[in-house]
Amino acid sequence: MEYFIQQFINGVTLGAIFGLIAIGYTMVYGILGMVNFAHGDIFMIGGFISIITFMILGVLGVTWLPFSLLCMLLIAMAFTGLHGWAVERIGYRALRNSNRLAPLISAIGVSIFLQNYVQLLQGARNKPLSPIIFGGIELMTSSTGFTVTFAYMQMVIIGVATVLMAGFSVLIARTALGRQQRACEQDMKMARLLGVDVDRTIALTFIMGAALAAVAGLIWLLRYGIIDFYVGFLVGIKAFTAAVIGGIGSLPGAMLGGLLIGLIEVFWSAYFSVEYKDVAAFAILVLVLIFRPTGLLGKPDIEKV
Amino acid sequence: MLQIEKVHTFYGHIEALRGVDMEVKTGEIVTLIGSNGAGKSTLLMTVCGTPQASLGRVIFDGRDITHEPTHQIMRSGIAQAPEGRRIFPRMTVLENLQMGALVGDPANFAEDIEKVLAIFPILRQRQGQRGGTLSGGEQQMLAIARALMSRPRLLLLDEPSLGLAPMIVRQIFQIIREINERTGTTILLVEQNAYHALRLAHRGYVLVNGAITLTGTGSQLLANREVRAAYLEGGH
Repeated sequence: MEYFIQQFINGVTLGAIFGLIAIGYTMVYGILGMVNFAHGDIFMIGGFISIITFMILGVLGVTWLPFSLLCMLLIAMAFTGLHGWAVERIGYRALRNSNRLAPLISAIGVSIFLQNYVQLLQGARNKPLSPIIFGGIELMTSSTGFTVTFAYMQMVIIGVATVLMAGFSVLIARTALGRQQRACEQDMKMARLLGVDVDRTIALTFIMGAALAAVAGLIWLLRYGIIDFYVGFLVGIKAFTAAVIGGIGSLPGAMLGGLLIGLIEVFWSAYFSVEYKDVAAFAILVLVLIFRPTGLLGKPDIEKV
Repeated sequence: MLQIEKVHTFYGHIEALRGVDMEVKTGEIVTLIGSNGAGKSTLLMTVCGTPQASLGRVIFDGRDITHEPTHQIMRSGIAQAPEGRRIFPRMTVLENLQMGALVGDPANFAEDIEKVLAIFPILRQRQGQRGGTLSGGEQQMLAIARALMSRPRLLLLDEPSLGLAPMIVRQIFQIIREINERTGTTILLVEQNAYHALRLAHRGYVLVNGAITLTGTGSQLLANREVRAAYLEGGH
């Protein structure tokens, strides 16, 4: 039981990362109907900008942890958002009205470009970051001596992710900007006829998705203490899987899917085999696609004409 | 208020409009009639810049808007209730109306929403319901209400009677007249239901194969033999 609880905490932590990335996939898919395969690399860039920010803060002599974490968060979100904007502007906008395959291929190209761009600027080696948040609360100890620990780091991760996801959901559901995004998603031509600047709305969507992926990158760095230029590929594919499982296009679906993938991966590793954790995650994708092709929360439109 | 001068519009290689000349004066209701595929909807969409005219000019309030982006045209005082209504299906009625008010002054929102709900009382009961679950007539009312939310000076209506029961059609035309008389909103109305639409209109145009073939006051066109033969015989 204690082992189960520990794995549950670990799974939620991992799920927070996938959920944050999955939001970017699902929003871009919702509006443009394309899979932004470069989004995993945007996550990786978020991690790199975080570690660079941490180094610069160290050089400047900033040592108070909450402040430097906040700086890392904000700077990573801002600069990664800029990358997201540039990717849309350069890689996708010109292809918006072309064949559906064209932006997809462009996305793969952008992904390869981003990996090489980081490799060129930062080198091919892993970038390590020694743990900066220590300790935790010991929740319980079993008779066999296994102690369940809720690390402070995990609390920070889950807390930040929850706050961001909640804030983001409110933004989409309640604000004028969110309404414009949903309008573009449901009927782009009509949105334009109501005076929505569609180009601007799409650009903002990419910036927001990239900013959330940047937070995931920062979290990844804090949790695993290592980042390299290639990490975005597999994490990105898994976050995409999470978006599909939740029902691509659905915002709560992306968060739920992320959580599920995180839990499945961690439990599979804990009880069966670490080597096959990726197989478990993708096998669930296959099952969902067979039995519920619209995903868990994705619903086919019910429309009256 | 609106001048359309020798406008040609293409869809790919197909010339949908072949040099249309038309004018809508301030305060008028102008009706454009024509059969399926004549280019009526294309003309309204060309005014909104989607697609843009390849040749000719569209002038609104003395300003050439032919090559302006759609969202800017829609911010200059034109609103459209387009063909097929295009209600946002997964937004509530209220949210659809909020979308309509996007380009308006937020300070007017409370007043305007009261105004449109007074015109279309059925929408008041439906405020929290999703657009996609409304009936056809309710969707049409919502489409017009949404277009009114920006306080347009020129309202473009594309076949508001399409697919509706005769009772509701009469009601909608009555409302269009009231909007014009009460608020002075200029209206350009596209219709296949020529009888009602011409009775309502100050002036009308007949569009055939992408070109204007006839023009006159509403009653002149109603009395015209060709118009009667092509658009009115066989009942209304």
